[in-house]
Amino acid sequence: MSYETLLEVTGLINDYVACIDADELERWPDFFTPQCNYKVIPRENADAGLPVSVMFCDSQGMLKDRIVALRNANVFAPHFYRHLVSNTRITGESDGQIKAQTNYAVFQTLLDGETRIFNVGRYDDTIVRVDGKLLFKEKICVFDTYRIQTLMVTPI
Amino acid sequence: MDARVMTPNDLNWPPAGECDSVPYGVFNDPEVFDREMELIYQGPTWNFLGLAAEVPNAGDYKATFIGDIPVVVTRDNDGQIYAWENRCAHRGALVVRDNCGSSDGSHTCVYHQWSFNNQGDLIGVPFRRGLGGNGGMPDDFDMQDYPLRKIRVEDYNGAVFGTFDWDMEDVDTYLGGDSSVNDHVKRIFNRPVKVLGHARQYIDSNWKFYAENTKDPYHASLLHLFHMTFGLYRSSQTGGVRLSNDWNTVLFSESGTDSDESLKETSDAHLRTYQAGDYSLEDMSLLAGRAGEWNDNTTLVILSIMPSLVIQQIQNTLAVRQIVPKNEKEFELVWTYFGYEDDDPELDAIRLKQINLIGPAGMISMEDGESSVICQQAISRSRDARNVLQMGGKTAEDQDHLVTETTIRGFWKKYRELMAY
Repeated sequence: MSYETLLEVTGLINDYVACIDADELERWPDFFTPQCNYKVIPRENADAGLPVSVMFCDSQGMLKDRIVALRNANVFAPHFYRHLVSNTRITGESDGQIKAQTNYAVFQTLLDGETRIFNVGRYDDTIVRVDGKLLFKEKICVFDTYRIQTLMVTPI
Repeated sequence: MDARVMTPNDLNWPPAGECDSVPYGVFNDPEVFDREMELIYQGPTWNFLGLAAEVPNAGDYKATFIGDIPVVVTRDNDGQIYAWENRCAHRGALVVRDNCGSSDGSHTCVYHQWSFNNQGDLIGVPFRRGLGGNGGMPDDFDMQDYPLRKIRVEDYNGAVFGTFDWDMEDVDTYLGGDSSVNDHVKRIFNRPVKVLGHARQYIDSNWKFYAENTKDPYHASLLHLFHMTFGLYRSSQTGGVRLSNDWNTVLFSESGTDSDESLKETSDAHLRTYQAGDYSLEDMSLLAGRAGEWNDNTTLVILSIMPSLVIQQIQNTLAVRQIVPKNEKEFELVWTYFGYEDDDPELDAIRLKQINLIGPAGMISMEDGESSVICQQAISRSRDARNVLQMGGKTAEDQDHLVTETTIRGFWKKYRELMAY
């Protein structure tokens, strides 16, 4: 594992969370490969070996559908997200796939101006290079904050 | 019971027997909440404790709540399920401190290591006879006199209920015996289930706003726009509502049964929600369920078994939702998703994918949390003012359509009776 790889992976993760925090959600699916795996899974399920995720998309199309639903169908309190990410580690590299783990914290601010710690957890990422660009083939968000405040509509 | 709790709370109820409006004071008064914990949650009701599949083996246990009271569900060596209040008989500490686990048959309070068996009987007191001739419990101390507070339990086809009222009728009778509500419960719990996982939601509202929501077919096509956007459900679809013991209710509908006429009426009403065809799913696999799983056309069943349980079938998703009230303006909703033990891998995959539709991040249902919150925010100082519950009439009875609040009226009818309002 090279320092350049780590730098490139942290760059990808920083760009990913910046996209969500800037509410540019229509670009969010572009961070994934067409066939992908995106899961937001409560830590209590992950630890118990239970499969239920609160969000589970196995294609870029499903990611897009989530955003169409968010923009046009779902009703929720307007809010901002602010992701803080740290402790990125490359945990494996083989067959052109990079495995990485990163801690994240998502702060949510509603229109009354109050900021709450909304969701804290860990990204387990599998990253591949397509046409020179790094993309998520798999992104598993294992969240410690397994009691969700009100609802979760914006991706993590 | 203390007098404060037993004094009715001077609420602006409509005349006795009317159930088509409710004073907002029931949603924001801490004394009303205290009374509910006495008269409803510790009264003549069956409270959902979990699935039997959550404690499959002897020694397995699960911590949960009845109302805001911590309780523990266990399975003993006799194969039976037991439950007791999670409060040490000694000085009141929590005996079980994790969400679930498996024990060797004893549960030991960490504070002074008093120890209890799976059935809640006291089996060990350290230094009971003193130490080196000093201390010890008095000679007349008998461990049999100090069990944990026991809860009567019934495992009803895999759904476990508990009650503090030992004179209670059985669960079958509570669900209406030979009733449509009970038939729907038995339809879903027709064979052994397996747990697929949990999700938890914390909602800043009174638990009864959510109880109303789960008995409200009127809102479904108006609040939940995903249905309309993708043509999954409309009020004009065939369906109906049934009640048993007034406040145990079921809403059900069948898919693909809209008449052309009712579709046109919906379209002509220019509801903001009627946008079928405006959007289509890029990946249709989300909706690729398995039809006829129960040998019928029913695609939606919402059973609301008061005071603490919702059982759902939406498409192929199955879940129980436990309502855990925390105080007059907060409750937790604990989802347990399940399938059947004999599900094939394809059906497993279908259920897991459809969870995208239903749950804290469910594209169909997430708004239910939000609607409860905005009600609570709106009634901060409302006490005497009342809501309006007249869609579909003023009384509570079965109806063969979904344009109604009859089931909500049934809830309040039973609520007033239990609360002696």
